[in-house]
Order: sequence, then C-alpha cells, then structure tokens
Amino acid sequence: MDITLLSSEIFIAILGLLTLVLGLALPKKAKDLVGIIAVWGLIFILIEAIFSFGIEASLFNGVYMIDSYGSFFKILFIISAILVIMSAADYLVRFENRKTEFYSFMIFALLGMVIMAAANELITLYIGLELMAVSFYILTAYLLNDELSAEAGLKYLILGAVSSAILLFGISLVYAISGTTVISEIILNISLQPLLVAGIILLIAGFAFKISLIPFHMWAPDIYQGAPTPVTAFLAVASKAAAFAAMLRVFVIGLPIASFDWNFILAILAAITMIVGNLVALKQTNVKRMLAYSSIAQAGYILVGLIAFNVYGLKGVLFYSMLYVFSNIGAFAVATSVEVVAGSTDIKAFNSLGKRSPFMAAIMTVCLLSLAGIPPLAGFVGKFYLFAGVIQAGYLWLAFIGLIMSMISVYYYLNVAKAMYIGESQDVTPIIPSFSAQLALWTCLAATILIGVYPAPLTNLVQSAVTLFL
Amino acid sequence: MLNFPILSVTLFLPIIAAIVILLIPRHQEQPIRIIAAVATLISLMLSIIVFFNYDQSLGGIQFIEKIIWTPDLGVSYALGVDGISIPMLVLTTLIGFSAVFASWKIKERVKEFFVLLLILLTGVMGTFLTTDLFIFFLFYEVVVIPIYLMVIMWGSSKRVTKEYAGMKLTIYLLIGSAFLLIGIIMLFIQSYLAFGTPTMDIFALANLPFGTTFQIVVFALMAFGFGTLLSMFPFHAWSPDGYAGAPTAVSMIHAGVLKKIGGYGLIRIGIFILPVGAKVIAPIIAVLAIGNIIYAAFICLSQKDLKYIVGYSSVSHMGYVLIGVAALNLISLNGAIIMMFAHGVMAALFFALIGNLYEKSHTRNIDELGGLAHQMPKLATGLMIAGLASLGLPGLVNFVGEFTIFVGAFSTFKVLTILAVSGIIFTAVYILRTLGTVLFGPRKEEWDHLEDLQGVEMIPLLVLGAAIIIGGILPFGLIDLINSGVGSLIAQIGSMQMGGIL
Repeated sequence: MDITLLSSEIFIAILGLLTLVLGLALPKKAKDLVGIIAVWGLIFILIEAIFSFGIEASLFNGVYMIDSYGSFFKILFIISAILVIMSAADYLVRFENRKTEFYSFMIFALLGMVIMAAANELITLYIGLELMAVSFYILTAYLLNDELSAEAGLKYLILGAVSSAILLFGISLVYAISGTTVISEIILNISLQPLLVAGIILLIAGFAFKISLIPFHMWAPDIYQGAPTPVTAFLAVASKAAAFAAMLRVFVIGLPIASFDWNFILAILAAITMIVGNLVALKQTNVKRMLAYSSIAQAGYILVGLIAFNVYGLKGVLFYSMLYVFSNIGAFAVATSVEVVAGSTDIKAFNSLGKRSPFMAAIMTVCLLSLAGIPPLAGFVGKFYLFAGVIQAGYLWLAFIGLIMSMISVYYYLNVAKAMYIGESQDVTPIIPSFSAQLALWTCLAATILIGVYPAPLTNLVQSAVTLFL
Repeated sequence: MLNFPILSVTLFLPIIAAIVILLIPRHQEQPIRIIAAVATLISLMLSIIVFFNYDQSLGGIQFIEKIIWTPDLGVSYALGVDGISIPMLVLTTLIGFSAVFASWKIKERVKEFFVLLLILLTGVMGTFLTTDLFIFFLFYEVVVIPIYLMVIMWGSSKRVTKEYAGMKLTIYLLIGSAFLLIGIIMLFIQSYLAFGTPTMDIFALANLPFGTTFQIVVFALMAFGFGTLLSMFPFHAWSPDGYAGAPTAVSMIHAGVLKKIGGYGLIRIGIFILPVGAKVIAPIIAVLAIGNIIYAAFICLSQKDLKYIVGYSSVSHMGYVLIGVAALNLISLNGAIIMMFAHGVMAALFFALIGNLYEKSHTRNIDELGGLAHQMPKLATGLMIAGLASLGLPGLVNFVGEFTIFVGAFSTFKVLTILAVSGIIFTAVYILRTLGTVLFGPRKEEWDHLEDLQGVEMIPLLVLGAAIIIGGILPFGLIDLINSGVGSLIAQIGSMQMGGIL
C-alpha cells in the first residue's frame, strides 16, 4: 500500500498534534507563532490536496477511498478551516490563554471531516464523525465564562451523543441485514424488508440531526448563538458539508433508491425545513441566530440535490456546498468583526456599519444575497443546479417551495442590509479588522462573485468529483 | 469597426465607470458625477450608432458576440440585437443619461448613489442585449437589489415609509422572478433531454417542439413572472408605492425601462419560444389588461400625490402594452413595442420633473400646488409635453403606439379593445385635471421662491422631450425597425410551428 496516498490526512494529524505540543512548549510570548504555523500548515496541505486531486485509489480493502469526490470535500474543508482561523484573528483574545488549543481542536475536527468524506465503510465514517463531533463539543463551550457558551456546549454534547446513538443503531441494523459495513457492498446483500426500512429511517434521522433538518434542528439555534462566532461558522459550514458528503456516499452508493424509496421521506423533510427555517428566520433580531435559522433552511436546499438523485442534483450538492463555504463564512466573518467591536451580534450592533466600514457592509450584503440566491452571485448558480435536478426528477412542487422560500428569505437578509445602511448608531468610529481577517473577507467576497459570474471552473471540478456516482 | 464589440462596450461602460468611481475618494463629488455622465453619454451615443447601423434589409439578430461561458449549464455569453431590442436599448441609454442629470443635486453619499445607479443601468441593458436565457435572468435580477438599496437610502416617505415601499417592491419582483425561474429551469431540462447537452440559447430553445401542456404551463409561469414586473393587474400593487418611495432617478428607470423588461420578455421569450402556450394564455392576459387600464385609471382620478398619479397612470398604460401583446399579431405587437418606448420616455420625463419640483417645493400634493406656470415656465412646458403625450395627443410618440395597438388588437378582441379605448377618456380626465390644477390658475405667492429649471436640470427635459416629439412627428424610422424585428419573429414562429399559430 502506498502510504503517500494518505499524505493529507497524515499531515493534518501531525499539524494538529504539533500545534498542541507547541502551545505547551513555547514560552508565552512566542505563542502567537502557533497560529501562523497552523495557517501556513493548512495552506501547505491545501496545495498538496489540490495537486493530488484526481488520484483514484482504494485503501484497506475498500474501507477508505481516495477519489475525486473525497478530494473535493477535503479541499472544501481545508479552505473553510483556513478562512475561519484567519477571520478569527481578532476574536481570539476572548480565549485568553487557551488560544493555541483552539487551533488544535479546529484541526482535529478538520481531520474528522476529511475521514468522513473519504470513508467507504460505516464504522470508519462513524469514527470520523465522532472525532469531528468531540472536537466541536469542546469548541462550542470554549468561552468558559460565558453562560450561553457553556450551555451550548452541554446541549450539543447531550444531543450530539443521542444523535450518534441513533445513527449507530441505524448502522447496526443495516449491518445485520447485509452482513457488511463496506458502503459499496451493502447494495449487493440487501433486500427490501421491514428491518431495512427501520435501519434507513434511523440513518436518515441520524444524518438529519447533523445537518439540522427540521424537526431534528432543535439544537442548532441555541448552539449557533452560544458558541464562539468563528466556531459557529465552522460548525455551520464545514460540519454540515461533512455530513452531506457522508450522506451522499451512504445513500447514493450504499442504499440507492432501488433498495427503498427513501427520497420521498427526504422530500417532505426538505420541504418542511425550507418553509419553517425561512419563516422562523424572519422574526430573528440577532444576526447569529438569524444565520442559524438561515443555515437550517440552506440545509433544506442542499438536500434537494440528494432527493433529485440525478446528475444535476448531485452536482448541485457539491457546487452549493463549496459556494456556501465562502458566502456563509464571509457573513460570519463580518459578524465576528462586529462582535469584537460592539460586543454583541444583535441586529442593532450592525447599525450604520455602512459608514463605519463600507467594505464590511458590502461584503455582508453580497454574502447574504448569495445565500438568498440572487444572481450574479454564487448562490444563484448553486440553486439553479439543485432545482434543475429536482425538476428533472419530477418534484416540481419542491422547486416551487424552494424558490419561493428563497425569495422570501431576501426579506430577512435585506433587514441586515437595512440596518447597516440606514440604521442610526451612536458610535461611528471606523471598524478596521486585522490584516488576516481582511484577507479572509476579501477571499470570501472575490470567490462569491467570481463563482457567480464565471462558474465554469467550479463546474468542471464538480463534474470530475461526481463521476463516482455515474 | 467590423470586429469592434460595440454591444459589450455599451453594456459594460457603466460598470467600468462604477469601478472607477469606487476608486475616487468620497469627497470628490463633482468628478464622480462627471464620470457617470460621460459613461452614460458614450453608452447613449453607441446605442444610437447601433440604431442607425442596424441593417433592416438583412433583419434578424445583428452585432452578434458569443463566447461559450459555462458549457455544463449550456450558458454562453451571447449578445445580439434586432428590431425589438434596439428601441429598448436606446430607451435605456436615453433614460440612463437623463437620470444622471436628474440626480445631479443628490447630496448624501454621492459615491454610493452613482455606483448603484450605474450597476442598475448595466443590469437593465443586459436584459435587452443578451440572447441567452440564463444571462437574461442574471441581468434581470441584478437590478432588483440596487433598487432596494437606493430606495431605502435616498427615497422619501410620504403615505408609506420608504423602507416599506422598497421591501414591497423587492419582494413582489422576486416572487415573480421565482416563477419565471421555474419556467426557465423547465426549458433548460427539456433542452437537456432533447439535445443531451443543455442550452440556454433563446433561438435554439425556440426550435424545440414542446408539448402543448408544457407550453401552457411554462408560458403561464412566465406570464406571472413578467406580468408582475410589468405591473399586470392584480399584481401591480408594488408599483405606485414603489415609485412614490423611490428617489427620482430610480422612479425614472423603473417606470421608464425596468417595467418594459416584462413586456420585452413576454414577446422575446414567452411568445417566441412558447407560441402555443401564448395562444392559450393570451385571452386571460387581455382581460387582466382591461383591469389595468380601467381600474388604475379610476384610481388616478382620486389621487392627490403627483407621484401616485403618474405611478397609477403607468399601471394603466401598461394595460395597453399587455393587450397589444395578447392580441398576438404583427400590428398589435408592433404597437406594444412602440408603446413601451413611448411610455418609457414619457414616464421618465414626468418623474424627472416631479422630482425636481419636489426637491424645491417639498410637496407633491396637487391641492397645495397651483399656477406654477407663472414661476416655472420651463418646468410647466415639460409637464405639458409629458402630460399630453400620456393622454395620447397625436403628434407625440404615445399616440403612434396607442393607435397601432388598438388597430391590431381590434381584430382579435373586439369588446375588450373597445373597453381599452375608453381608457383614453379617463386618462384625459385625470391628466388634464392634474395639469390644470398644478400649472395653471392664479399665481400663488407662496411659490414665488421656486426657481425654474436651469443648467443641468434642463438636460432630462431636452433629451426626453426631444425623443417624445421626434418620435411623434417622424415615427417612420422607429416603426420600420420594430416592424422588421416583429416581422422576423413572427415569420420564424410561423415556419417552425407548421401552419402558423398566429
């Protein structure tokens, strides 16, 4: 076996351990170095991952796959980790003397995600999931003196553990019937029987928890609001994408519709998620909480691609996950900068941001509109893919719900714009984020606009990533 | 000259100017204005060059530019104009140029204002220039958000707050566009199933033989989407509130050209790609058009606010366009396009002058104003031109449009056309009453301090007024051009749909 095939995973693990050790070993003054090492290390791994894109291999008798699909998500996770760490630069003061561990937990969560996306075996997938989830339990409660954060951490721990149990139960039922945990071999050994239906439904419930589909979303708003903002961004973007990456592999390859018609169940879930998520978001007055509900609704849109179960739908899932990284992290990065200055993410804190920092107000507007799917921004192309897929699959009603709800979502996104441009504020001192945060913001802005205006490069990438399913 | 990408330059000049403005420090207000004015002037001149260089004897789409953009979605950056889009292009650049001068006196956040205005102009132009459905939709939605921002930042709150007006307008248009988007995606999927690779090219789509039910469904979706944009009754409620809340330049562009994207889309996309669906849905549109004409005209009779009068009157006038579109014949479609052009310049002139008056007098209530012809003779002349055009006085361009529409529509819908013609009477009543109250009558001392139009304020009046009068006296160039466009459109539909649908 060629060990270099796993080089990204190995490097990520080493980087995680290295930041942990350096944090302990370095003298207090030199601790800022850890962050720099983390970012540069991740950039190096990203470049390595990009260059090894397209390599296909199957490791450990098909338990772990190196393929374009996994690499696509690997790149996605690393990019989001880099952007989150960079945009968190100003926020880290709040972590006091626990800054360096923050990087290691981020990197371990990243490792878990990478494993989830590449695992072709249910137990391996579960290990990746737990590695990610445990890191997030800690990260969520990282503001030790903040009650909300502590509450969020505990809530996430309990609910996360329950959902993992459900998922595991589903996995065990599927194993009981098929006698294998290797995803690509499941289909060969199953027939439609009540036990399988129960297994699939438990799997759906387990994954639905992770991607916060309604009615499995109860944890999301509180945890998103309570967690430190950069962690929320990483949780909303990357952990969701990881769950989708695993879900696609399990359902499309392991349990295709031929085995049991699960996509009608998902269609109902997606419809409820899109409607309720958007409607509840309308009433939110805290931007972080609003983004939490909006990300619930976004999960509904992405799920539409899986329901479609055809080329455009699956491409849509990948395409949307990628652009979602830039748009959502962009929005969260602005929220982070505002929180650092104003101390809260209440919508009033965004008042007159248009004057205090025209640049950040513009980024916030662009990113939110991209999430709403307004052209020429990236979100529109993503939605076009998703809904083209689902219309082709015959779910016209779902497309109606999705597109109308996404137009309604413009209302609450524009409310933020309204606060930024015409809201009055006592404090009009300019807000200037640190250099690395600015760089992250610029990247999000440029990517959101570029993918929207010229989607061809990303569509080509997605094209080669979905060949797995064709 | 042959390879010069004239359409791309026309299209992207405003965006380039917007980028340049972004780089200028914010206190340099005069250079910002001048850059905006120069960019729109060049766009205007280029569009006039296109107008005169279009070869009518050849017909069809000319000045074609095409770059494959995203093959996976069948999208290509395709531009091209014909007899239908050129009048719309010229209309846009005329109004864009005037709108810059109508906003010359904006004091707050000058930089942001002109950046948004220029983005808006590119968006509107793009919809008329492209022959690719995806790009069309892209440009169409580009315009919505800048408008919202402009309304909330520079708008005015009278009967409704500007925040309310802006949001109402935005959500109405976006919901409409959601239906349109579903229609577009359905076409996209059909082309994918038919060719194996998708295409969003309007001409390739028009060649596909769609089933009757499919055509009806998709055309209905488009009629709803474009109808909302065109303020088709009963989806017009955003329009008067929106115009009243919006700053002058936005009202001008919105009433002048943006609405026309609805009519243009119905003809260029709806009727062209889905003629059978159009045939089935058209009678419904015609009936709703009467709702526009009569209902909105009655509301106008009871309005006091000048902007609401023009707002509802534009809803009423869109009824003529709709009935022209619904009649589905060469003459009526010609009329609909002339009417769109005519209404565009007229409404833009109206809003420019009302905006100017409001800036000086701080009121738009017709009962408070009066006898303004004494103090502001130039403004009064402008309002007279716009008003008389609005009621369809022969010799002005609107008459040409209305007359052509009625002649064309009468052969299809007899009773409805007669009802539509009655709209002219109501229009005359409310327009003349308004003009009489505001402009004539005894001199009112309280308005003596108002200064008449001067300097750059004259430019919208000169440009748009000239268009109204020249279009009315010498409509031949315009009509021939439109006729060649509509003619070839109908010929293509006829040859494709064996036996001729129209």
